[in-house]
Amino acid sequence: MLDLTEYSSVGAALKDAVEKFAKETCLIEADREREKDRLSYAEFNARAHSLARAMQDAGFSVADRASIIMTNQSKWLISAYAIFFSGGVLVPLDYKLTPVEQWQLLQHSGAKILITEYPIWRQLATSPARADATTLQTVLVSEAPPSADLSGAHRWEAFRNASAPPQFAPRERKDIASIVYSSGTGGRPKGCMMTHENYLEQCVALTSLYPFWPGVRYLSILPTNHAIDFMVGFFGPFTCGACVVHLRTLRPEFVREAFTKYKITYVSLVPLVLKNLQKGLQARFAELPPGKRKIFDRLVAINKTLTKPHPRLWLSRGLLKQVHAAFGGELRAIIVGGAFTEPQTLQFFYDLGIPVANGYGLTEAGTAITVNDLNPFRADTVGKPLPGMEVKIVDPAPDGVGEVYVRSKTVMSGYLKDPELTAETIVDGWLRTGDLGQFDLQGHLHLSGRKKNMIVTEEGKNIYPEDIESVFESLAVKEFCVFAANYVWPKRTMVGEQLILAIHLENNQAFTEELKHDIAARNSRLLNYKRIHGIVVYPEDFPRTASLKIKRYDLATLLAKLDRDHVILPL
Amino acid sequence: MPTLENTTQEVLTLAEQHFKLEPGSLSPTDDFFKKLGIDSLQTLELLSRLENHFNIELPDYEVQGVSDFKTLAERIQSRL
Repeated sequence: MLDLTEYSSVGAALKDAVEKFAKETCLIEADREREKDRLSYAEFNARAHSLARAMQDAGFSVADRASIIMTNQSKWLISAYAIFFSGGVLVPLDYKLTPVEQWQLLQHSGAKILITEYPIWRQLATSPARADATTLQTVLVSEAPPSADLSGAHRWEAFRNASAPPQFAPRERKDIASIVYSSGTGGRPKGCMMTHENYLEQCVALTSLYPFWPGVRYLSILPTNHAIDFMVGFFGPFTCGACVVHLRTLRPEFVREAFTKYKITYVSLVPLVLKNLQKGLQARFAELPPGKRKIFDRLVAINKTLTKPHPRLWLSRGLLKQVHAAFGGELRAIIVGGAFTEPQTLQFFYDLGIPVANGYGLTEAGTAITVNDLNPFRADTVGKPLPGMEVKIVDPAPDGVGEVYVRSKTVMSGYLKDPELTAETIVDGWLRTGDLGQFDLQGHLHLSGRKKNMIVTEEGKNIYPEDIESVFESLAVKEFCVFAANYVWPKRTMVGEQLILAIHLENNQAFTEELKHDIAARNSRLLNYKRIHGIVVYPEDFPRTASLKIKRYDLATLLAKLDRDHVILPL
Repeated sequence: MPTLENTTQEVLTLAEQHFKLEPGSLSPTDDFFKKLGIDSLQTLELLSRLENHFNIELPDYEVQGVSDFKTLAERIQSRL
């Protein structure tokens, strides 16, 4: 890989990478069983150059902002490189936001250029909120049908100037490389200003544990606007000459096929999808005839013993051939992120010889803060701090749990247009994560919840919802979430705080006595002061982010509209 | 070619069968996420079934943001 310590910008590193690895394959794009595109780094470079030149001809220059709203595909990465090459600031936005939210963030970011796909533009163009976006000058739309009305936009495919090379714009490490919105579509946009240094340092740290090299194939499923996929599905692999595989459909059958067809090395998933994968595998194992099942279980037990100190990929692939063959036979690790993953799910995959790189991070800290180094594998923690990360626990309670603070070259420079929030969040160079945790003797971080969504019992014990959610794992409901009742319905009191379990039932499922008994039985397994006191049956889908993480705050806001005195069913 | 009304009815019938509901329990304006309580993965399964029935391909981006049967039927109709 490139020695990123020598580079001053994302653009400069990518520029050298595309030249160094010119002949290697950098992108494969598939739609169902059809391969649509396969690009070498040299071809990628040529496409990005002609786009960059056309953007520069249109007046795009150093420090100008350009937004990308696209699903995962090769044009996302080509466009991003063109922006960085021109010295611009990338504003990646979530394609699952509503048009009104997207226009709001486009305006907040001050984007001059928008690069998007036709189906997204179709909705954006007709939204009344378009009138508010006064900074936007140019819109590029990909994959528009020949007869489509582009409503003032240009075709991405035709917006080219190959007659002259584009001007490369050097940037310094401290300059802003991108503005990534961590949240705030509800009114106060939180646009994290990430510097070139943030990305360069994060990439060095992550690839020291999970390396890429030419020949590695990364399957890009998490949205690329998300910090994880941007790093491990673009910048990381590209600076190492690896290949990124994009799928235009995320139907489970085609995702499964991609593993074997493209011999995937790494993939990133959110816990929900990982759990779904686990369920599917467990169902297949359950169908094995008793004799075969016995042999299989024995092989898993042998693998478990032999991989206890650290993963032994070749051994696991030999022992559990069929399982590994279903994943293409070359999978080195599943990277999981975006939300807390249940230890039993992590352990399930590790026992099959498939390490899951579990970690902890947030956009403000530049993707990951801690990652499991697999040495040995630990399902019960979020791993150790990455190289270059200083992590401390502030104001620890008697049990050692306190707020996690981070100081590192990967921490953002601040929130765009919000010095007040920046000052609250970054104090004396330390990022206050708002997350609570503690280190164990081995230096592994254990997370206990969010600072605000917690209760303090009358005995002075701090209880965190995430800490007790595992007892409700596999509860027969569609989804569930534990809250501090006073977090949902704020009360100015420090006594009598209680936890509630919010559940959303499956379609046509009734809230039965049987279910209530199951919840009560699980609850009784908890220490008495950790128990939930009531249940709220919420009739609609829990709000989730594009990466399918439950939006706890949004859900609490929805629950808060219900009458506390009537809606909590006592347990 | 079937009319949009016919296509809509077929979509509703198939969704009712897929999710094991009483015939006639779904209507064109129903939000299928809310009405059926399904998640994004289950929606993808329904789309695969509809594709097989109508013998068409519905790209993910075509149905991005679609949440009611009427609009879904329109997107299918445009590809018949």
